Amino acid sequence: MVALGLAEFAADLETVDGHPARPTRMDRLRRVAWWRGIVLILTGVFFLVPIYAALHFALSTVEGGFSISAFQSIPHQQGFSDAFGLSLRLAIMTTLITMVLMVPTSVFVHLRFPGLRRLFDGITIIPIVIPPVVLIVGVLQVAPTFLKGTPYLLGLEYAVLAMPFVYRSLDAGLRSIDLTTLVEASRSLGSRWSSTLLRVVVPNLRTALLSATVLTVALVLGEYTMASLDQYQTVPVWIVAFDQDNAHISVAVSLVALVGTWVVLLAISSFDLRRIRRASQLRKDGSA
Amino acid sequence: MTLTAPLDTSTTENQGATVELIGLRRRFGATQALDGFSLTLQPGELVALLGPSGCGKTTALRVLAGFETVDSGRVLVNGVDQSRIPAQRRDMGMVFQSYSLFPNMTAQDNVAFGLRMRKVGSIQRRQRALELLELVGLEGQADKYPHQMSGGQQQRVALGRALAIEPRVLLLDEPLSALDAKVRVQLREQIRVLQTRLKITTLFVTHDQEEALSMADRVCVMRSGQIEQVDVPATLYSAPATPFVAEFVGTMNRIPGVIAEGRVSLLNKTVDIRTSADQPAVFRPAGTPVDVLVRPEGLAVTATAGARGIVMTTTFLGSVTRLGVLLDEDVMVYVDQPNSAVQVPVGSAAEVTLTERDVMVADRTGAGVAQAESASVEHP
Repeated sequence: MVALGLAEFAADLETVDGHPARPTRMDRLRRVAWWRGIVLILTGVFFLVPIYAALHFALSTVEGGFSISAFQSIPHQQGFSDAFGLSLRLAIMTTLITMVLMVPTSVFVHLRFPGLRRLFDGITIIPIVIPPVVLIVGVLQVAPTFLKGTPYLLGLEYAVLAMPFVYRSLDAGLRSIDLTTLVEASRSLGSRWSSTLLRVVVPNLRTALLSATVLTVALVLGEYTMASLDQYQTVPVWIVAFDQDNAHISVAVSLVALVGTWVVLLAISSFDLRRIRRASQLRKDGSA
Repeated sequence: MTLTAPLDTSTTENQGATVELIGLRRRFGATQALDGFSLTLQPGELVALLGPSGCGKTTALRVLAGFETVDSGRVLVNGVDQSRIPAQRRDMGMVFQSYSLFPNMTAQDNVAFGLRMRKVGSIQRRQRALELLELVGLEGQADKYPHQMSGGQQQRVALGRALAIEPRVLLLDEPLSALDAKVRVQLREQIRVLQTRLKITTLFVTHDQEEALSMADRVCVMRSGQIEQVDVPATLYSAPATPFVAEFVGTMNRIPGVIAEGRVSLLNKTVDIRTSADQPAVFRPAGTPVDVLVRPEGLAVTATAGARGIVMTTTFLGSVTRLGVLLDEDVMVYVDQPNSAVQVPVGSAAEVTLTERDVMVADRTGAGVAQAESASVEHP
């Protein structure tokens, strides 16, 4: 017996009127698989090689060996704790300011002015287009005196910088729920706007809020230009400054920040994935 | 579905509110959604707003709920103007077309939400929510989240949630349209039983005539933001005020006829034109071609050799069989024949006769539904 391969079998298939059969799903998959693999490998190389190089550098010692001492010594470096504390405070402050401003605004736009969503898309992208230097100079011109010289000003600037990411994340979250119906159901049951927002809308934007938070925190922890221009020593500014004293530790801190952010993003993604799978399973059980 | 839960009506029963919608007008751009809409709901009454998509029925309901404003007109509940009262203070329970349960809350928390907003204590809230869930036949489902429940169960929770606040008015915005046929029938019976027991004034929006006719005390048929007819289901079916109502509610044949001295001739017979107090009489001179509106049960069919009708289809409908008969001028009419009668097979030549003594007529325009006319006396 001659074993007939899948491809040959598919090629042999013909319709009644003599036309060749349509390519099977397997054929299509096989055709696209090779270039997908190449793209994946190239992308992987593009991202992993610099990380590998940084890790190699951070682990290597002057004597030519390898050691994790650079990582172990991070918390004890002069100025690191202060820089880390400031970055953390700025991250929390920025997240709070952004959420307090953006959540009600996004909900309001979706509910009352859905036609203005495109305009908001455009407005919220402005902070990306404007160079940070211009933003800093502009803010310093108009900022009230009591804010100048305090980290709160930097927090407000970061809130503007985070706006495009937060708005898009919230926008996606709001599009995924039936906002109008939920709000009307809540109001018909006697709920005020504030209760509706806090008890109904926000809990159903959990994933979007988590994404927005992670993006904001990642942005604040990695932002250099604004902090250095405002003369605050946040972690990125400290890394650059410390780089001249000990490049190994400086690179180790960069790697920790990178991996830390990545782990948080992964945790959020897997949390959401688990929730979706659980819901899907429960639906199947319910319908069985 | 039958109600098995013991119903403690002492806490839920009310006498219902009187609702008056007076001269409502609302325009959305070029569309006049409500055009002088006026309707009164008596205490404890269930009125269905029935009409095609875009006729303004949902807008009327949303105006009553407080989710839409009007350009002019008034909404009164027990005589009190609601214009300045926001939706959250109108005491109206609402069940929506789409599943509107809060996804982050269990069934029990959903039902208790309105009570929480009214600052009812947690123990009472829980007890009341469980009572309501039992009332809608969902005992044992209190801890389930919406995504763990079927569409029918979700709508029953939504009904329980709307009833939990003991609303003055219950608003149902096509709550059954997303459900499959079997669940829809079960749930509509359940809604009707609950509404009757609790005596809540209810406004029910639907585009499904079967739902409207089977559930409502009165049905309000709407078209283009206006009321065509408000009546009890039986009258709406047997004595429609306008050709639109006649054709929208139930199956209606349009058969060519000719005006003959105040009467109308069709199918070799001359009969009276039906009287209706709601519609002005329209004079038509003798010889005017019109369309005559006749229900399938108003016609009879007999197998007759040489007749010009041909039976094209037969459909078994339980107590009757509906025959589709092709007449002259490519006019297809449907005739309901009792199953006990001699059956006329498909392809047979058949004679269609009119069994009604008076009929409704409409202009033969060929451009949609004609102007209403149902007077018995034609003015010279």
